[in-house]
Amino acid sequence: MSESERKIRVIIAKPGLDGHDRGAKIVARALRDAGMEVIYTGIRQTPAMIAEAALQEDADVVGLSILSGAHLELFPHVLDACAERDILPANTLFFCGGIIPEEDVARLQAIGFQGVFGPGANTNDIVDFVRERVPAPA
Amino acid sequence: MPRTASDHAATLVAGLREGNRRALARVLTEVENGSPAGREALRQLFSATGRAHTIGITGAPGSGKSTVTNMLAKAYRAQDKTVAIVAVDPSSPFTQGAILGDRVRMQDLSGDPGVFIRSLASRGALGGLSHATLDVVAVLDASGRDVILIETVGAGQDEVEIAGAAQTTVLINTPGAGDDIQAMKAGIMEIADVLCVNKADHPGVDALVGQLRALLSLGGERDWQPPIVRTIATQDDGAGELVDAIAAHHDHLAGSGALAARERDRLRRQVVALARAQLMAGLLRDEGAESRLPQLLDEVAARRLDPHSAAAAWIAPRRPA
Repeated sequence: MSESERKIRVIIAKPGLDGHDRGAKIVARALRDAGMEVIYTGIRQTPAMIAEAALQEDADVVGLSILSGAHLELFPHVLDACAERDILPANTLFFCGGIIPEEDVARLQAIGFQGVFGPGANTNDIVDFVRERVPAPA
Repeated sequence: MPRTASDHAATLVAGLREGNRRALARVLTEVENGSPAGREALRQLFSATGRAHTIGITGAPGSGKSTVTNMLAKAYRAQDKTVAIVAVDPSSPFTQGAILGDRVRMQDLSGDPGVFIRSLASRGALGGLSHATLDVVAVLDASGRDVILIETVGAGQDEVEIAGAAQTTVLINTPGAGDDIQAMKAGIMEIADVLCVNKADHPGVDALVGQLRALLSLGGERDWQPPIVRTIATQDDGAGELVDAIAAHHDHLAGSGALAARERDRLRRQVVALARAQLMAGLLRDEGAESRLPQLLDEVAARRLDPHSAAAAWIAPRRPA
């Protein structure tokens, strides 16, 4: 029993209109099994909803899942909504997954998603990624 | 960390008092983690607590706690009251991780700055809340929220801590759960101030209401008879009646002096529980304590020592603090 117990808190959200949340749920479950507290917000989230959840829950990590192909359209809006609330790649770990073509990975990384995980990604790799990259508390 | 805990706390508390939601969220994290900054923030904020109406929402898994909470939050917003929601979900006893999914049922509150939702993992606590829930509620209270809805983990029989944390406890029952009511009547039925019969469009609702009435009639003369309110929370059906029943209970408490008595009882339990935790932490800080335990456990496992004697022996060599 440590005097001060710190848990990694992760938001897992699905922006946009596709309703396929199996991947998001598998990642949520894997992070839970790694001892993290995962706030699952459900499908069809607007950028503002995701940013507001990240703010209220004081999340260390924000993970987005999308299968519709609208990632280059939607993800920058999520980052903008987060930035309005001072939730920035500098103080929060952003990662994403779904059907994301190889040629889009670099662009997503350039705008602030440190991790981009496609189909077939190993959940252990995602867990390790989060553990290694999660920012230290302010 | 370049700043001291008290500077960090002072910055966060100042932000919270200005209405900065990010600062509020940060204070909640520090308080939940029991950090020095969290304790300092709580110390500074405590004089501003005691103003919110705290309402507990409990019931079996799947009874609709989150949906009823969502419905109530909308109803209070329609009365122009600001709302905070504290939603507790269980931590895994094996990995200590948790999936906190209550927000999924609260989508239509998103975008309303008058609502602040915080999800908590139970972190090993067994009473339906987490150890830090009262502190989290205190911070939200100090932030000026009018109503604080506290949603417990899915409750069975013994998860009755909510009765000590909230002014009004709403117990949700659902039709078709038949024997569950029998199982519930001993423990959790006793803490209900308002009985919500949710999913009232499902078959068996009349039988359930009849059973609840029969159970209540066994209780004899009480100064507050819990009202039974039917709701279909997915359709916001029954929201007004539930809000009225909660208000009637609050008025009853305020009018009879029981509100202050409940408050005092809650504070007494909290202080005693914290003292117990601090004694335990003191024991574990004692360097020899951890190393003495395995040897004592060997004795207990070999049946040469009983658990009570082992506990006494474990504590005994501790120097007075």
